Amino acid sequence: MRFLLPAPVALPLLFAALAVVFSRSRAAQRTCSIVGVSAAVAVAVALLVIVERDGVQSVTIGGWPAPVGISLVADLFSCMVLLIGLVTVLVVLVYATGQRGADDLPAFHPAYLVLTAGVALAFLTGDLFNLYVAFEITLTASYVLITLGGRRTQVRHGMTYVVVNLLASLLFLTGIGFVYAATGTLNLASLSEVIPTLPDGVRLALGLLFFVVFGIKAAMFPLFNWLPDSYPTAHSPVTAVFAGLLTKVGVYCIIRTQTLLFPETEPSVLILVVAGLTMVVGVLGAVAQNDMKRILSFHIVSQIGYMLLGLGLFTVSGLAAAVLFLIHQIPVKTSLFLTSGLVEESSGSTALDRVGGLLRRAPLTAALFGLAALSLAGIPPFSGFVGKLSLIEAGFGAREYVIVAVALLVSLFTLFSMAKIWNGVFWGEAEEPVPVVAEGPAKAHGALIMNGATVVLVGVTVAIAVFAGPIYELSERAAQSLLDPSAYVSAVLGR
Amino acid sequence: MTVLVAALVAVLYGTGVYLLLQRTLTRVILGLALISHGCHLLIMAAGGPSGLAPLVGLIRGDEPVADPLPQALILTAIVITFGITVFLLALAYRSFQLTSDDEVEDDIEDRRIARRSTEAGDW
Repeated sequence: MRFLLPAPVALPLLFAALAVVFSRSRAAQRTCSIVGVSAAVAVAVALLVIVERDGVQSVTIGGWPAPVGISLVADLFSCMVLLIGLVTVLVVLVYATGQRGADDLPAFHPAYLVLTAGVALAFLTGDLFNLYVAFEITLTASYVLITLGGRRTQVRHGMTYVVVNLLASLLFLTGIGFVYAATGTLNLASLSEVIPTLPDGVRLALGLLFFVVFGIKAAMFPLFNWLPDSYPTAHSPVTAVFAGLLTKVGVYCIIRTQTLLFPETEPSVLILVVAGLTMVVGVLGAVAQNDMKRILSFHIVSQIGYMLLGLGLFTVSGLAAAVLFLIHQIPVKTSLFLTSGLVEESSGSTALDRVGGLLRRAPLTAALFGLAALSLAGIPPFSGFVGKLSLIEAGFGAREYVIVAVALLVSLFTLFSMAKIWNGVFWGEAEEPVPVVAEGPAKAHGALIMNGATVVLVGVTVAIAVFAGPIYELSERAAQSLLDPSAYVSAVLGR
Repeated sequence: MTVLVAALVAVLYGTGVYLLLQRTLTRVILGLALISHGCHLLIMAAGGPSGLAPLVGLIRGDEPVADPLPQALILTAIVITFGITVFLLALAYRSFQLTSDDEVEDDIEDRRIARRSTEAGDW
């Protein structure tokens, strides 16, 4: 079964190479992409089943034994995030094939597949330097995707994105240098044994450095300013997949490193304060904006705070809630951005004062947005409610009442800004409408694909709400293994 | 020797950060390049004292051998930062083509919101 572990990384890379070879035919490129990502999804399902049954799986690449060779590790947490992430990637890919202009340039499909491979590697790697490489693979592909087309706004905002992320990567590299100097190893499993023996000051410095590095990638307060600036300028499928996945990879790494390398036994004040500020500042930023995509971008920041809240409690129920919230957030955020793409496609803009009355013209888009928005705001019975309820219960369990109050208040503001989008886009009339272009048959076919993909993804979020019980049970088991990494360590080091 | 390398790393990071804070794109890119060189030196220093090349046949007796891992790490990091620097330069050139200027522009939406807040202040 061990050959399965590298497959979610290797398959998309292989098909990316094929997509480069077939760069002259868009149909062949699309086939390559869809086959590649579907195969990766199938492997992810198999991995989840195996890990659920047999526990942590690990393999070292190149035949060297564990602390020397590069380890790939799959535990319950990484398998769950991997599966939902790859499903989202697949749906967005189908959506992109339906949108005009999204995959016209031959670089789109190879870059998209490389991005998929990088995200999968970040979830599966068991080595700090390999994690850096995974980040770079993901980011380099995302640099290409965000500036694809080279329009003026894209170049302007892409520049911010590249510079900030490159700086974060260099800080990460600095951290890796420090860790190697202090411990002489970069394997996560052996680091988790060595780091507790370091002096307190060194451990604190390393822990904070990694918290800052992954905090930039995850867009937590006060390191989030690059995100609402750069995300809305790309094509909507690209923005959707970035919104759904890239910041969540940062959150995944924060959870992984803080539980495995720098574990705490009681709630961490620093993480809880950062979580609260991230929620509040993100949602206030969203309330001030006047464009659908920018409002949603600020909500990415705000929701990161909820996941940090779950981590900051350092209890099984807190981490289980964080895992569940992460699982729910990936498809919800992505489907919101996909609906904003549908709005842009039918009205030519996403500025609130330039569109209006879509409820009559595009009732399906309205319904899809409504479902996803209610889920984001945490209205019962949708998936966001389940996630937030478990977070709040965990907060009460750990007696952190202030942060629970903040989380509830932020939910209210989230609902308010979702209502603002609803009012501006789906009700009323546009103040300065964009001239409507006549529709051709090709466009109608594309719209069918785009709507279909969005329906599937919203269906996934509803399914998360319906099967919340079993998913929470899995999250709880994932959280237990995060807080007690002995199974992880022994699986990697072969003891 | 380690102190010298550490001082050099500090100088590279410091000048890099200074250049990064400028508004001109070329300086930003040069700043990032300097910081990345600082990073590579830091990893080299992390690898401990120098010694014989760690190749079978070249190792003699109990003379100290250099740690090969940091060199592999640096090589990978150099390739990655080189690629991204080239991409940044291409992006800066594209920006120059479009705006015939090398400065980073303000964000239009930010400007609109700043204007709205000053208007609200007047009112």
